[in-house]
This record gives sequence, C-alpha cells and structure tokens, in this order.
Amino acid sequence: MKKYSIYLSAILGSLLTLSGCGNQDGKTTSNGALASNNAEKVYVAPGEQDEFYAFMSGGYSGNLTVYGLPSGRMFKEIPVFSQFPTSGYGYSEETKPMLNTSFGFIPADDAHHPDISQTDGELDGRWIFINGNNTPRIARISLSTFETEEIIEIPNSAGNHSSSFITENTEYVVAGTRFSVPIPQRDMPIKDYKGNFKGSLSFISVDPEDGRMDLKFQVLMPGFNYDLSHPGRGKSHGWFFFTTYNTEEANSLLEVNASQNDKDFIAAINWKKIEEYIANGGGTTMPTNYAHNVYDETTHTATSTMKKEVLTIDPTKVPGAVYFLPTPKSPHGVDVDPTGEYIIGNGKLSADLTIHSFDKMIVAIENKKFDGEAYGIPILKFEDVLAGTVKSGGLGPLHTEFDGEGNAYTTFFISSEVVMWKLGTWEVIDRKPTFYSVGHLMIPGGNSKKPFGKYVVAMNKITKDRYLPTGPELEHSAQLYDISGDKMELIYDFPTHGEPHYAAGIPASLLAPKSQKIYKLAENEHPFAVKNIPDAKVVRDGNTVHVYMAMIRSHFTPDNIEGIKVGDKVYFHITNHEQDFDVPHGFMMIGANTSGLLIMPGQTKTTLWEPKQEGVWPFYCTDFCSALHQEMQGYVRVSPANSNIDLSWSVGE
Amino acid sequence: MKRASIIMIVGSLCLLGLFAFPLWNIMLGAPQYPDPLGMNIHITGIQGVSEFDLQNIDGLNHYIGMKTIPKADEMWEFNVFPIVIIAMVILGLLLGGLGFIGKIDHRYFLGWFVLMSVLGIMGMYDFNLWLTDYGSNLDPHAIIKVINEDGTPMTYKPPLFGYKKLLNFDVSSMPATGAWLMFIGMTLTLVAFFIGWKSKQSSSSDTNHKPATP
Repeated sequence: MKKYSIYLSAILGSLLTLSGCGNQDGKTTSNGALASNNAEKVYVAPGEQDEFYAFMSGGYSGNLTVYGLPSGRMFKEIPVFSQFPTSGYGYSEETKPMLNTSFGFIPADDAHHPDISQTDGELDGRWIFINGNNTPRIARISLSTFETEEIIEIPNSAGNHSSSFITENTEYVVAGTRFSVPIPQRDMPIKDYKGNFKGSLSFISVDPEDGRMDLKFQVLMPGFNYDLSHPGRGKSHGWFFFTTYNTEEANSLLEVNASQNDKDFIAAINWKKIEEYIANGGGTTMPTNYAHNVYDETTHTATSTMKKEVLTIDPTKVPGAVYFLPTPKSPHGVDVDPTGEYIIGNGKLSADLTIHSFDKMIVAIENKKFDGEAYGIPILKFEDVLAGTVKSGGLGPLHTEFDGEGNAYTTFFISSEVVMWKLGTWEVIDRKPTFYSVGHLMIPGGNSKKPFGKYVVAMNKITKDRYLPTGPELEHSAQLYDISGDKMELIYDFPTHGEPHYAAGIPASLLAPKSQKIYKLAENEHPFAVKNIPDAKVVRDGNTVHVYMAMIRSHFTPDNIEGIKVGDKVYFHITNHEQDFDVPHGFMMIGANTSGLLIMPGQTKTTLWEPKQEGVWPFYCTDFCSALHQEMQGYVRVSPANSNIDLSWSVGE
Repeated sequence: MKRASIIMIVGSLCLLGLFAFPLWNIMLGAPQYPDPLGMNIHITGIQGVSEFDLQNIDGLNHYIGMKTIPKADEMWEFNVFPIVIIAMVILGLLLGGLGFIGKIDHRYFLGWFVLMSVLGIMGMYDFNLWLTDYGSNLDPHAIIKVINEDGTPMTYKPPLFGYKKLLNFDVSSMPATGAWLMFIGMTLTLVAFFIGWKSKQSSSSDTNHKPATP
C-alpha cells in the first residue's frame, strides 16, 4: 500500500510539474500582448471571409458541416446520410431515394471521414467523399452545390470505418470494414468467428468526368478489424495501407481479448496488381444486394438502383498484392507522409509511433524476407520495414497529419495533446495540450502531396468546461493551432456539431469562386416543374392530386385550391422561379406528416400532404423572402370524401 | 487634307463600336445586393450585366409598380438608332473619301460633327423621356407607395448621368464603352476639321508668300 502511494505521489507530482509550465489551458489572461496577438490571428472582420474551408464530419448526426478557418464560424450543415427537415432532404419525394439501402429506407447514420478529391496528389476541390459507418455507405458531395449527389451502399461490410479515403488521382475511393462478418451473410454461431468471418476492403472507382461511383472489387481479407486506411502517394501510389486490430479474432469483450497481441498489422494492398489480376480475368463474381443512389441536378431528383453482384478477390490468389507489416499495439490511424515514403502506425495503446519505410518494404518484398504468414498472406519482418520510432512521451497516439515542411503532428488521446515531430529524425519538437482527449486532427491538405501547413485543428471528444454549460449534453470542441512558426501555438477554440471524427480542409480560393449561386430554371427537367407560371395547374388522378405550383416573390401560383377531398394524397410539386442568388422560398402545409421544404432558385421539390379533416387549410412560405413574405400564403379547401366539388385553382382572382 | 480625311474616316468608323459595346450602363446596388444588379443599354436593346439581372430588376420593380424593362421590339428607338448610326458612319466615310481625293474641304467634316451632335442630343433627350416615363408612370396598385414630404408620390427615375439614391438602392448611370468610342470618334472628326483647316491656312499662306521669295 505504501509503495502505491509513493507511485501515486510521484505521478501526481509529475502531473503538477507538467501543468505548472506555460499556458496549459490556453487561457491567456495573464499575457495581454499574446492574447491580442492571437485575437488578431483568428479575427475575421465583419464582411471579410475566411482563408480556408473546413469540412467536418458530423459523426452520429450523419451529416457534414462546413466551417471557416481561422474564424471557426459554421456556414452550412450538408445533409448526407440523415433526414434533414431544414431543407426537406430525405423527406421530399425527390430525395427519399438517397437514403434507400438493401435494408430499406434508413434515416440516419454515423458519418466519419471526409476526403476531398485529388488530381496528381493535390486537392482539386471537385468533390468530397464521406463514409456512413453504421449501414456501410459512401457518399459523394459536390463542392460547387455543396449537396450530396450520390450514395453507394457497400455490401459484405459492417462498420464501414477504414473509409472513405481516395487515391492520388481519385481513381478509387476506398472503404474497409471494421467488423468482420460472415461473407456472404448467413446464420451461424458467433463463437465460430475465428477463421470463418472475413473482412472486406472495397475499391470504388470514381468517374473522372461526373464523379459517378462504381464498386469495382472487394478484397476478402482475414477476419480482423480494419480500422483506418490511407493511400500511398508519389512513389507509393498504387498501394493502399490499412491498420488492423483484433488479429486475435476475438468475438466478445474485445476491450481485453483484442488487446493481447503485442503487434497487429498494417495491411499493404497493391491495388494496381489487383487491377492487372482482374484485367486477366481474375476474381469471383458473388451475388449480393446493395443500393446505388444518384441525385440528378437537372431533374432535381434522386433514383435508387439495386445492384446484384460484386467482384470479390481472394488475396492469396494474387501474388504480390497483399502483405502484412507488423505494427505494435492495436494501431488506429495509418498515415502516409507527403513524399509517400513513410507509413505511420499510430499504436493507440502505446506511447510510441511506429514508422515504416516504403522503400524498405519494397526491398523486403523483393528479398522475400517474411516472418511467416497469416491466412496465406506474407508477414514482413518488423525490423526490415521499420524506418524509426517516435518516442513521444505521450500516450495513445491516434492520427497524424503533415505540414509539407518535414514535420508531422500526431494526436494523443490519452495524454490529450498534439505532438509535433520531425520526419526522418523522429525527434519531438513541440507538444501542446488539447481540451480534452483529442481524436483526429486536420491540416488543410494534410493528407495529400501538398499540405497547406498554416493551421492544425484538433477535434476533441470531451468538452467539459470549455464553453458555457448546456446541461448534460454538450457540443464537441475543436482547437485551432497556428503552425506557421517553429512551434505550435494554441490560438482559438470553437464548438463543433455532432461528433467530428475527421475533417478535410482546403484553401477558400480553390472553392469559393466556383460555388454555385442558383439552379437555372431553363435547365430544370423535373417532370413536375412549372417552367412558365401560367402553366401552374392541379391534376387529379383517382385519389392522387398533383399540384404543379410556382413560387416567386411573394406569392404562390395557384394560391387558392378547391376540390380536394379527405383521403386524397396531395403532392405539392413546387418550383422556385427566382433566378437571384440567395432567394430561397420555403413551404409548409398545416398538418402535413412530413417536413417542410426549402426550395432554391430554379429548383423543384415535392412534398406529400394527406388531408384528414374537412375545412379550409392554409400553407405559407417559411423562409423570410421579401418585405411581402408574410403575404406569401394560400388556402386549400378540403371537402368530404364523397363531395362533388370540382377541382379548381386560381391566383389573384 | 489627306491626313484630315483619314482621321475623319477613322473617327466615323469608331461609331461602329456601338454595335459591339453598350452605349450606357445603369448599376443598382443595395445592402441586399453587394454585387449590384445592372443593365447595359445597347443601341439595339437592353441587356443585363449578369445573366438574370433584368429579370431580377423587374422582380424588384414590381413592388413599386414600375413597368418591366422593354424588350428590343417594344421600343422604336432600338430599330431606328442602329439605322441612324450606320447612316452616319456611311456619311462620314463618304465625306472622308471625298476629302481625300480633294472634292470637298474640311467644313463638311464640321458639318458632320454638328449633325451627329444634334442627333446625339436628340437621342439623349429621348432616352431621358423614357427614363422619366419608366420611373414615374407607376401602377396605381403598386404594393409599395412612398409619398414625398410635399405629398406627391415618389418616383423612381434613374439619373441620366451620375448617381442617385432610390429607396434602398444606390443607382449610378454612366456612359459605357460604346459611348466612349462614339465620343472619341466624334472628337476625331472635330480634329479632322481643325487639321483640314490648318493645312488649308498654311497652304494658302504658302501661296501668298511665294512671290515674296526670290
């Protein structure tokens, strides 16, 4: 007992020493000059704009949020995997198919790792991809409309976590499974996991013209957990690296049972070799079932198609395609430096970082110096591929990003800090605390050939006392560090929505000029669009009524409708006739069992209303659109189901 | 005189710029329109500065009961102005050509300039009449009716030249590239007149002095 208390006081003492030096909590009240300097660094004056966009995953919100850096101001929440009543996404008839899956309509997900498209290893700002973790899906979002354009479901996957990272010319967006599962799914005892479950790594091609995704092949790997991944770049382009944990293949109490092996693996996949293998007729087509949902910008409508096959690859049948790199302590993130030489394994139960050398890996492969194999996949010798170790002094490394000037920045969850270290010498240069328990971090372009190393954003899992309290549930917290100097400097923190797991940043100059302002009405090919306002009409087809409605400041056409009956299904197809930037109109109908709509200029959206009571019921515009916004309203007369009142509609009569 | 005639020809050709560039430009900025809306007035019709500017100006103007911006076929001016400009270019070329071969003297150039100036002033007068009608002939059922301090209804005539505040809009009205080319061309014809005049003076004084030299 005495011994323990000595240890305890020693630990407490060292903690006190640590917290005694410097501005550990980032509060700079004691140093006015420094504080005002930091204030200037993050101050974006009224009317000025930020230098970077930051796209933060929303975690369990299922969405993607858009922030500005350095101000930390939030600009938009882009609905991706979740219904979003603000705009009607996932509620409108046009967007419901976006959330279709092989399990049917799914209203939410857990969005994790956004990644911006690249050309020649540099951010090109065309699309951003993000994975749905729970019901495995990958989404593609346009970076000109900032809307979700496509969602593809990933079959044979569960816990789509080592996703959605892209290769250096956006050839593929890659999605790996966290949970191994029976492939194909079948009824079997859970305890028979070991040796029977498989982990799929999916390669989804991206059309260079329109970005359309296509599931090209799945590598069926041993039944480990595939945690994170990153592409090779430069000389290692053509390879993809996945971390694994639970190489023990435990199926219960993984907390303990998956933490027994001293080393797990980083799986190195040579996808170009697999492409060759497929080109020569390799691979097995397996029946499956998954949804592919595409939103068409001209019809403003999504369609969902069920796909029935997937090409699977047995990695043991493709010589030279897959190797395991032993990596200590259940590595979480795997990150590749801008040159493509260093593959960083962030051993989350360790104090140290393990850095593998791509060149050494190639030599070891050529010399066939293996340390046995796992399920027929060669294991390289740890010492043969090791480039170095960062003795960090922290605990629980998770993720690493790069500044393009030879430095790397790693988050440490347990010791709650960001550590800056030098590539090649592996020396620690600086460390700064985070508040609290940081997960991912992000440098704009920090996982590409060309990082923009001015800021690093730390995304924390625990908020506690950083902001005014809001009851038990708090937003998450991000910290912004200036890394333009020799050391890191904490300059700001700001709350973030949902749980940002990862983020992707890009200079505003690459996106802002091409951000779309309106949809052209002339290009609207929605089948229920009203292209000319006098063509607005109401059409009955049995119990179904289609209202072809137009809206422009500040009235609806038609705004008086009679002849609707109790029990009808009334579809309001509403076209916004504005062609002016930032003049959306909204629509809500009393008693509608769905969300309202927010309709952009030139766009058509549809909502369903099923009137249940006789009467005269109003609808109105929900977006304050003009000085006459309050006048933007209308009435629908609902008559008994057996009434003979003719359908009629009007405006201004 | 040959040099003057060439300048006359170049000057009258400058008017053709009116077919490529707008004559006048009216910009409307407001707090809600940090990127102002704008219309370019060409001799053949009115165009928006950006693709949907005319539609958006009309959309805003309906609140105060202004008529929509006329299409090219709704105003006779857009048929007549091009003809007048072409006629003046042809006349200028003809005068320049005749001057070049010595059939006429520089006074015709001044005549062209005076005629063009008169036509220009008439055009401006007509344009101002339209602006007045456009800005003050308002729909009695307009949504927004503003009364001036003296009890008269507020009108919205954009300025013919310069700047004016109209409700929340800052309106500026300035000659555009086509007009500047026209002004340059007209100035050149005036220059042609002066050069022709000078060369005539010097050649006649040369003749006068000839007998004096041995």
